[in-house]
Amino acid sequence: MKTTNSYLSRTVSDIKPSGIRRFFDLASGMEGVISLGVGEPDFVTPWTVREAAILSLEQGYTSYTANAGLLELRQEIASYLARIFGVQYQPDKEIIVTVGASQAIDIALRSIIDPGDEVIIVEPCFVSYSPLVSLVGGTPVHVQADKDQEFKVSPEKLASAVTSKTKAIMICSPNNPTGTMLNKEELEKIAALAEKHDLLIISDEIYAELVYDESYTSMAAIKGMRERTILISGFSKGFAMTGWRLGFVCAPEEITAAMLKVHQYAMMCAPTMAQHAGLEALLNGRDDVEEMKKSYRRRRNYMVSSFNELGLKCHNPGGAFYVFPSIESTGLSSEEFAEQLLVQEKVAVVPGNVFGESGEGFVRCSYATSLEQLQEAIKRIRRFIDNHNG
Amino acid sequence: MQLTEKELELVEILEKNSRISTEDLAAMTGLAVKETQETLQKLEELKIIVRYTSIVDWSRIDGHEGVTAMIDVKVTPKRGVGFDEIAKRIYRFKEVKSVYLMSGAYDLSVIIEGRSMNEVARFVSEKLSTLDSVISTTTHFILKKYKHDGTIFDPEEEDKRIVVSP
Repeated sequence: MKTTNSYLSRTVSDIKPSGIRRFFDLASGMEGVISLGVGEPDFVTPWTVREAAILSLEQGYTSYTANAGLLELRQEIASYLARIFGVQYQPDKEIIVTVGASQAIDIALRSIIDPGDEVIIVEPCFVSYSPLVSLVGGTPVHVQADKDQEFKVSPEKLASAVTSKTKAIMICSPNNPTGTMLNKEELEKIAALAEKHDLLIISDEIYAELVYDESYTSMAAIKGMRERTILISGFSKGFAMTGWRLGFVCAPEEITAAMLKVHQYAMMCAPTMAQHAGLEALLNGRDDVEEMKKSYRRRRNYMVSSFNELGLKCHNPGGAFYVFPSIESTGLSSEEFAEQLLVQEKVAVVPGNVFGESGEGFVRCSYATSLEQLQEAIKRIRRFIDNHNG
Repeated sequence: MQLTEKELELVEILEKNSRISTEDLAAMTGLAVKETQETLQKLEELKIIVRYTSIVDWSRIDGHEGVTAMIDVKVTPKRGVGFDEIAKRIYRFKEVKSVYLMSGAYDLSVIIEGRSMNEVARFVSEKLSTLDSVISTTTHFILKKYKHDGTIFDPEEEDKRIVVSP
């Protein structure tokens, strides 16, 4: 018999395991760790949503739904999109309810990429983009966001990465890990590039609800972009529903039809109880979202001000629940900083380089943790830096 | 009294946690420390922030004896002063923790704390129901506090998240 490894697909074997994994292993074995490494809300899903899901189970809603999801839910998603994102989609032809935004990214890529097609990915970015492009036989082309410009990407840099094989650009705003939000003008520049070269944009807008200063603009709401955008969002971050695995993807009819093909064969439909929960979230979860937003905003302010005071330069991110301070002043690499901080002071942060090369010199700190924990974490980081500067 | 956005924010934060330091309050709201101090002082002077207190779960303290009762009180309002005068006569007793004017079947909702049921009963029969304007009282003793002023008394649910995630 051949070695077991030799059975594995070459594509999968070539994919590197996520750099986050190592820190997870390291941190989970330790007691008393304060984690700023968590990419999800510290809030439990609002009770009204949980209660609605329990009710749906009691009533026996346990069978499949339509492939694209409950029509009622898609209708509510459509009106939610019109309200928050400022863009209209037809519930019956242009919206698919997915198993988290992650699956939405997957079916979007599978529907548009042929082997050899290039997808431009702005990094630092969520860890799944590049591997998912590779899995469908595409070629990820990384463009580094500008760390001196609060991790916004320069349109010139983007333009220089476009080739005849480029099919799409992937962006995420507000961004994980940097928290950076692109405003209307910045989105328009990327949009102009897409129009000029006839490209699609995969726009991951999972953090759209969590913006704190400027009002939010969706890529799909930019003039002319609805036809070129695959808009991805979901319930995980804004409604604190990560474990429910509930997202959605919206695109022009033809693209949605293609994605629905992939979705119906690979997934059938999103979990029914989660869909009932999502419906309740859209109908009655608004106040909870606003409460959570307020709380995040205060904690963001606290973290940005604390890091800058510690001498770790940190821009004020417009959204999500991450701050991305520079640790260059310590002379340590991102991994060294994160590892030493964890071992010496039991504070878990995620090294910036796991989100792409341009994240080197930075660490991602999630402030989706109680203020008391954040205060303690800052105290420990201060001690760590004092000891380090010795 | 109209408050600015930042003033309102300070009030909201302090209502949940009055022990936050002025420095942290400043960081959270984006105000300067001095400005924060001055704003707090102003809010205190205006009696918008009335008092800084703690919510105590007395039931966890061994040997603590005490009962709380909510009393529905029907009264005759007086010409010129309405309910205010009788409310004042009631809230001046130190046993009385809260007094609210209510819509509905009765007029005043009075919350009383005492060391024992007897003590509360004595207060109701001797002091409260003998007041001139008081027509009737209905006393409800609180058996268990689950949630008080937005705070759940049961042990907080632990963080169920995995320690590091993308």
